[in-house]
This record gives sequence, C-alpha cells and structure tokens, in this order.
Amino acid sequence: MTHGLQATLRRVAPQLMILAAVLLLNVIVFPDFFRIEFQNGRLFGNLVDVFNRGAPTALLCIGMTLVIATRGIDLSVGAVMAIAGATAASLVADGSGWVTALLGALAVGVLCGLWNGVLVAVLRIQPIVATLVLMVAGRGIAQLITEGTILTFVNPGLIHLGAGTVLGVPTPILIWIGLGALITLGVRRTALGMLVEAIGINESSSRLAGINSRVLLICVYLVTGFCAALAGVIVAADIKGADANNAGLWLELDAILAVVIGGNSLLGGRFSIVASLIGALIIQSVNSVILLSGLPPEFNLVIKALIIIAILVIQSPTVKHALYILRASAESAGVDTPAASASAPLAKSTETAR
Amino acid sequence: MSEDTRPVLSATGISKFFPGAIALDSVDLTLYPGEVHALLGENGAGKSTLIKCLTGAYRRDAGSIQLDGEEISPTSTQESQVHGIGTVYQEVNLLPNLSVAENLFLGRQPLRFGFVSQRRMQREARRILGGYGLRIHPAEPLSTFSVAVQQVVAIARAVELSGKVLILDEPTASLDRDEVEMLFKVIRQLKERGLAIVFITHFLDQVFEICDRATVLRNGRVVGTRELAHSSQTDVVHLMLGRQLESRVQDRAPQTAGKTLLEFKGIGRKGMLEPFDLAIREGEVVGLAGLLGSGRTETANLIFGAVPADQGEAWLRDQKIALTSPRDAIRHRFGLCPEDRKTDGIVGDLSVRENIILALQARQGWFRPLNKAKVNELAEAYVKALDIRLASLDMPIRFLSGGNQQKALLARWLATNPDFLILDEPTRGIDVGAHAEIIALIEGLREKGMALLVASSELEELVAYSTRVVVLRDRRQVCELHGEDISTRNIVAAIAQGHLEEVA
Repeated sequence: MTHGLQATLRRVAPQLMILAAVLLLNVIVFPDFFRIEFQNGRLFGNLVDVFNRGAPTALLCIGMTLVIATRGIDLSVGAVMAIAGATAASLVADGSGWVTALLGALAVGVLCGLWNGVLVAVLRIQPIVATLVLMVAGRGIAQLITEGTILTFVNPGLIHLGAGTVLGVPTPILIWIGLGALITLGVRRTALGMLVEAIGINESSSRLAGINSRVLLICVYLVTGFCAALAGVIVAADIKGADANNAGLWLELDAILAVVIGGNSLLGGRFSIVASLIGALIIQSVNSVILLSGLPPEFNLVIKALIIIAILVIQSPTVKHALYILRASAESAGVDTPAASASAPLAKSTETAR
Repeated sequence: MSEDTRPVLSATGISKFFPGAIALDSVDLTLYPGEVHALLGENGAGKSTLIKCLTGAYRRDAGSIQLDGEEISPTSTQESQVHGIGTVYQEVNLLPNLSVAENLFLGRQPLRFGFVSQRRMQREARRILGGYGLRIHPAEPLSTFSVAVQQVVAIARAVELSGKVLILDEPTASLDRDEVEMLFKVIRQLKERGLAIVFITHFLDQVFEICDRATVLRNGRVVGTRELAHSSQTDVVHLMLGRQLESRVQDRAPQTAGKTLLEFKGIGRKGMLEPFDLAIREGEVVGLAGLLGSGRTETANLIFGAVPADQGEAWLRDQKIALTSPRDAIRHRFGLCPEDRKTDGIVGDLSVRENIILALQARQGWFRPLNKAKVNELAEAYVKALDIRLASLDMPIRFLSGGNQQKALLARWLATNPDFLILDEPTRGIDVGAHAEIIALIEGLREKGMALLVASSELEELVAYSTRVVVLRDRRQVCELHGEDISTRNIVAAIAQGHLEEVA
C-alpha cells in the first residue's frame, strides 16, 4: 500500500506544487490567509472558505474525471445541479423531510445520468452532443419544477447540508472529501478503474477482451449524475432556495478545467480523481486570490483566465519537454539539482503557514 | 510500354523504420513514361509506406528518389505535387460540398480583379473534364456525382497539378464493373500522354487487364518485378504469398485429434460472409487461407461474436450456444487474437501486466479484482513462458515491439485457460525470432489438446502447423485440404483457381 501511496504522490506532485504556488499568491495579497479560528462551534478562515466554496466543483469533477477517462465528457452537470436543487426544494416545500428530499434529488440526478449514458453507450451519440441536450433542456426542466420562481425553503435538515457544520467543519467539505475518498477507493480497490481506463484508451480492444463497455459507460454517467445532484443540493441548501437559472451555471466548465488541471487527458485513459480534486482546489484558490486582492470585480474573469492559461502552459507537453531538457543539461553541468529548486515554493509556503 | 527507356522516376534503396519494425527494406521502384505499373502485396507488405515515402507524407530513412534524372526529397505531399507526383486515394480526398470546378481549381482559382472568376473556372473545368470524356456540369456540387465520377475528377486534379507520375491507391475498390471500365479508359488515355501510373489494387484480374509491369512487395521487400505479358496469375500469387518453395511433406506427429469440440452449421452474415459449415476437434489446428479480403478475418470475427452472425447455429460439445458478443464467446472459453493488434488487440497505455490480465479480469467481473500477488504471479509466469522481452511489467504495452505485443496478447488469452483459440495473422509484422517462437507455441498448445483456428497469409506457416486447411475465396469456403494434401502448392492452386474462374 505504501507503494501505491508513493505512486499517487508522484502522480499529484505537479498539482500540489501549483496549489502551493496559488496559495502563496493568496498569502501575498492577504497575509492572514492561513489563519483559522474556531468561533461559535465553527471553523472560520480563508483556507476553510476555499475548501467549502470549492465543494460543488470538487463534487462535479469526481464524476467528470471518470467520464473523461472513458474519452467522454458531460456538459449537463450544471443543469443537473439545477434540476436536483429544484427537486429537493419542491419536495421539502410539499412537506417531505430532508432525507426524502435528498434521496429524491439524488434519484433524479442518477436518472439524468442514465439518460446521458443511454444516449452515449447505446445510441452511440458523441458525448459532447449527447450531454448538450440535457445541458440546454435541463434548465427548462428545473424551471418547470420550480414553476419559474426561486423556490425558497426553511427546512433545517436540508439547509444543514449546505450551510451547517459537523464537529465545527462545514458539511460540504466533509461531503466532497468523503465522496471523493469513497469513489477513489471504489474504483481502485476493485477492477473498475482499470476497466474504465481500458475503455477510454481502446474501446475496440476492450470489447474484444470481454469488457462490457456499454454497461460500464452507462455506470460512469450515472456516477456523474449522482455527483452533480449532490452538488446541486449543497448549492440550493447554501442559499436556502433553488434557482433554476443560476444554480451551477457554467460550473461544468470549471469541472472540466479541474480535471484538465489535474493532468487527466481529454483523450481518455489513465485518470486520477485525487489530482482532479486538487485541480478543483486550485480553481477555488484562484477565485480566492482575485477576491482577496481587492481589485475591481470587472477584472475577475480576465485575471482568472490569465492564471489558468499560465497553469496550462506550465503543464503543456512543449514546456514539460523544455523543462526536461533544461533539467538534463543542468544535471550534466553539475548545477544544483532541479528537484531541490522545484520543491522550494512548497517549502516556502509551509514556512509561512507556521 | 513506350520506346523511351529513360525512367521518369527511379527510387533506389528506400528504407523506412518504425519503432520495432522495418516497414521498408531497401526497396527499388522504377517507372517509365507511358507505363501502368502495379504495386502488389498483401496488407502490411509495405505498399502504402512506399507510396507515402515517394509522396513525402513520410520521411524515408534511407535511399534516393530521382525524378527525370534529378534527385528530389519531398517533405510534404504538396512538395511532391509540385515536382510532378500526384496521388489519388481510395476515399476520394476532395471536398464533396464544393462544386466540381472548385474542387479542380482549389488553391489556384483563376482570378479577375482579385476575385475568383467563376465563369473562367467553369469553362476551364468543362474543357479539362471533356478531355476525360466527362460531360458534366462543373457548377454542381461534387457530392451529387457517383464515386467513379468523383474519382475521375480527383485524377484530373492530380494530373493538372502534377503531370508526371500518378499514383492510384485502390481506385476501383468501390466501383462497379461499368465504372471500372470508364476509369480504365481514362487510365489508358493518360498512358498515351506519357504519364507513369502506379496502380495499387487487390484485384488481380484488373492488374492483368490494365498494367504493363508489376512490382510485388512482401514484408517490406521487393520480391520480384514482372512483365505481366509474360507471367501468369499463379506466378504472381506465388510471389505475393510466399517463396516458391518445394512443397515438402511435413514430418509431423500423427494426427491424434480428439472429440469434436465445436460445430458451426450454416453460420454466416449477409454482405460479409457466405454461410459455411465447420467442425473443430480438440487438439486440432485448422488453418484459414485465402487472399486479402477473401473472408479470413470475417470468419474469425463471426465465430468470436465480434460481429454477430445473422444465420446458422453454433454447437459446443453437442450443446447449442448463442454467440452474439465477444462476452458470450469468452464465457464459453473462446479467445481471439485479432488481426490488427494496435486497434483491436492491445490497450496501448495500460501496462503489460494489466494487458495480460485484462480478459481474465473482465470475465471475473468488476468487483472481484484479482489480488496483486496473483496478478504478478500470472504475468511473470507468462512473461517467462513466452519469453516476452520487456524492461518492466509496469511499462505501457505500446512500447513493446510487435512480436512481444503479440506474445502478451497470447498470454492474455492463455491466462483465461481457453478451450478454443482463434489467431488472426498471429505472425504479421513481427521479427523472425518471435515468428518461430509463436509457431512453436501454436504446436505446443495443439499437443496439449487445445483447439485452434489460425488465419494467416503466410502459407508456409499454415502448412507447418495446420492439421487441416480451409481455403477461402470471395468470402466463401472453396475447399478443405487434409493431411498429405496440405502444401503451399495446393493452397496456391486453390486460391488462384478462383481468379482464373473469375476471368473466364
């Protein structure tokens, strides 16, 4: 197992370094960034916020990682969030308990996943087109459920999922870390992970080797629907209302970005859910830098774009290759080992943390 | 051929290496003006690699190309076009949504005050196409015309652009008889004009109808160039399939095939394979012989359920079974090493270890992973038993050489402990050493009582290990050879006879 852990660490090392760098930026614009306080039975602090606010993207990117590993993509997750939020809200509005509302919303999410899965795996429609259908139609369905209004609710159980805490830790943080761990173990402790990768790399070979690619593909979209529904419930619970138009709007793009920053290829194959989750944290940290910097909000999107371009450029094969060459020549010249200089930002950020 | 003895194109010593394989080994090709030159060979013989080297789509690793006595070294198809070498592919690579005239003049439209002069373009197009006997309206979109017409438009474009050498890569593959005639008329006309034409096809009768000479490639080497007026189809088939060996009697152990394992009755699929009967016994290797496209791979795929049959029955140990998917077949302990290792066999980015256990794991189900110790034990055992050469079991399988990939695929199926193994071209594209090892392995498996069905284009190889050989032609079984009758000569005769009948 230690061997597996080492392999995972080696896999996510670049993402951890980028996260450290972005967190460092946070500290530069806001020196108290790492201060965490315990008040009124709840943890407070900017770092806690990053983990808490990042929950929807983190949840989405769990399923998205699997879908992308099969060489697919799911554009409908944002709309599914809206549907799930609307379902939960309307269920409690009709007098159901929060458990029923949660289960109902999750069931609807899984149903959405089934729809996507059948379109992709059985009807063989390209995933980007197949999921586009629900991306567009989903908001309409959510509006039908909320009857065109923002459906607010006061059910404390449901609100707790988005705004409450367990032992001082905000519930959304526990939910995404828990689900992430569950699914990571679920695919790595069984053969599922390898079979999903096999399908993504070469579906024809996989089919001839006896893998039931059709069912496996559908399952992957089911998981994505489930994750999206959970994210939708959290977002609705957080604002105590279901907003069919804005819940999860454009969040599918953040989820895809998180997967890409996590170093997973959009061409399918090898995947790491942990790396995607770190990717989601990186995106939220970038959002945090922009907020804390106090720049006028109209700069937000542009700055976010710039930071993300920088991250992607660092990860691009061309730059990686150039760095590799640089490292090789530096080693042969007997200069300082690059490993030491590469881990420098990491060390620095932990120092500031103390 | 014309009197002119100076070649228009002469390529000498062309070599091309791919990682782990030699695609072309010092190939020579000489083209004279006014000749139609057939380039023959089975799939993987190196025809398309040679063409790509000539047209600059690939960079050759050795050799020189002389065009009209001048050394050229094209780095792109555009560059070779400028030099005078034009290519037309089977799938017409024109733009179907543009008009015929636009396709002809794409990238060099006649201009008038900086704008495209439609009228002049149409007029020119009509004149050019008229020269090929085509009276069509050049303003119509290309897609409204038949493939044959599109083919001629593509040829016209290539000739207009280049005009010295024209390479036709399987131009007749999707044409009917009349359309082929029309195309041949155009080819003859171009021949008169002094173009050198390279004609690639799998249809031997067409080769003898239109071509003057033929160069035959096998395993990346030229095995012979023939004046077709002085050679027979049998001679050419011989060249394509194998050395003209004396058919030698195999000193094999007496055939002690066991009980009948499998029986296929009238199994077939419309448009793919004529219905056939086939019984396979334990401890028997049934060879499948035939030219490319004769139905070898189709037979393998049908039996494995990769493409389900639409008629007929399959019986396993006297019980009727359904074979609608590879999963069915695997449940009945079948295995298939497919013809195209890269696209249907290996899962390139997965490790060698994962590739070896893939079929076993798929059969076990998702939630019962093989434990790590057992996986390692299995993988290491097969790496040793089959002598798979690798740096580590963790390396992605795509980095292995062709022969080692093939052995890993064999290991994948052997790990499932199959009763019946289908091997489609098990030795294609692998080096001589691995070749011999795989043949020995096939014999070993047969001795252990496994039933095998092996499709191969290597006749000597089939003769070496088959207890029976089924010969296919035009997607039909034409004959079955037993015991002493199994020889390369008899197989070639059975294959070529078909062609003779066709011509007659």
